Amino acid sequence: MALVKKEAVVEQKATKRSSFRQDTRFPVVSIILGMLSLIGMMVSIWMIFLYAPMDAIQGNSQRIFYFHVPVAWLGMLSFVIVAFAGVVYLVKKDDRWDWVARASAELGAFFITLALILGSIWGRTIWGTWWTWDARLTTTLILWFIYIGYLMLRNYMGRTSASARAGAVLAIIGVIDLPIIYESVNWWRTLHPTAQVGVQGALPPSVVLTLMVALTTFTLLYSFLMLQLYQLQRAQALAQQLRASME
Amino acid sequence: MTFLSQVQAILWKDIRCELRSKQTWMSMGLFALLVLVIFNFAFDLRVDNKAAIAPGALWVAFVFASLLGLGRTITAEQEKGSMDRLMLCPVDRKAIYLAKLLGNILFISVVEIIALPIFAALFAVPLFTGELLPIVLLGTIGIATIGTLFSAIAAATQARELLLPLLVFPLIVPVVIGAVRATGALMTTSVNEPPWLGMMLAFDVIFLSVSLLTFEYVIEE
Repeated sequence: MALVKKEAVVEQKATKRSSFRQDTRFPVVSIILGMLSLIGMMVSIWMIFLYAPMDAIQGNSQRIFYFHVPVAWLGMLSFVIVAFAGVVYLVKKDDRWDWVARASAELGAFFITLALILGSIWGRTIWGTWWTWDARLTTTLILWFIYIGYLMLRNYMGRTSASARAGAVLAIIGVIDLPIIYESVNWWRTLHPTAQVGVQGALPPSVVLTLMVALTTFTLLYSFLMLQLYQLQRAQALAQQLRASME
Repeated sequence: MTFLSQVQAILWKDIRCELRSKQTWMSMGLFALLVLVIFNFAFDLRVDNKAAIAPGALWVAFVFASLLGLGRTITAEQEKGSMDRLMLCPVDRKAIYLAKLLGNILFISVVEIIALPIFAALFAVPLFTGELLPIVLLGTIGIATIGTLFSAIAAATQARELLLPLLVFPLIVPVVIGAVRATGALMTTSVNEPPWLGMMLAFDVIFLSVSLLTFEYVIEE
């Protein structure tokens, strides 16, 4: 029995090593994604500043919306990915899912920071205030705190399996908690403009088209960055393994 | 040994430890009182703003004091080196979590029972209605449920006391909002209050279940 176990461990190590190797191919996907997001960025910038019509009431500051919505959406999606990868990690105990979670958390924290800053600038010009305790804003701020807590926890605990499990649990609790936080703050008070994209005739088609292009572009950029961060996580794990084997 | 007697054994051990040392109760209680006193200075309470500030002051005191005690949950075991022995016991991990949770709820409740009359006296608010009981109970369970789970996570790091509030405060926002608003609704006559008690109950049930399921991953060595 003990022998079988030992063999299994050796085998696992071998597959782990080969998974390191197979990922070091020529980064075709990365380059394609990078090129696509670069092209998308140029098209989006042209559409946002020249193609999309000027808002009758809000003026130019409405154009922040084309950056703010994709960035906020990806920041929130990231946390769902962190939690999902956490669940899979707890079930499968495969390090690669932990790299996904960590990469997604780092990227999500960055995107949600951008969303908060952009939203704040927009709020200053339209609402006349940098910040208001509305349900979406408050939930986004709390999501930001959870991201930072997650990253701090992971950094304090280092690259161990205990750290991966703790991170997964934090992400699972967080992802269940966020809708409750949203609802509780909503009951408390709210002011954010409601989503108007789906409603017929609420927004002119050129605005919707620009928003869709911006969304696609940012999602491409997100996937590109996500791949890079995942590779970075993988390289860091590999470096740590090599360092441990040297000692 | 059944599950319940396992929980009971661990809980009773913690209570006896606490009865002998009296460390946690004393510091939590004093801390809660100090927060109330500081709030008194910070907000310059008058008759017209009392109803707006008093519930917040009460719950900030409770939350801060709870965090102080929650941080000790696993750390105290680790300092005595008894955590490994507890882990070696042939008990379900859920039993350890449940016992620690019940212990924390008990300790926080004792602090609240002491702090509430003093709060009512210091702030001169009539708070002794039966309706306060479910609010305090549900709020305490919510804070303790999340706090116990994360005290185990934070105990595994170098920076326990630093990290615990950073992880717990964002997550207990619904409980804090619900408890403060429900307490406020007792002091003033307000119409159309959302069902805060129901929200807190849902919060407690959801996170008790999730914590029971995930605790074993946190504490696994």
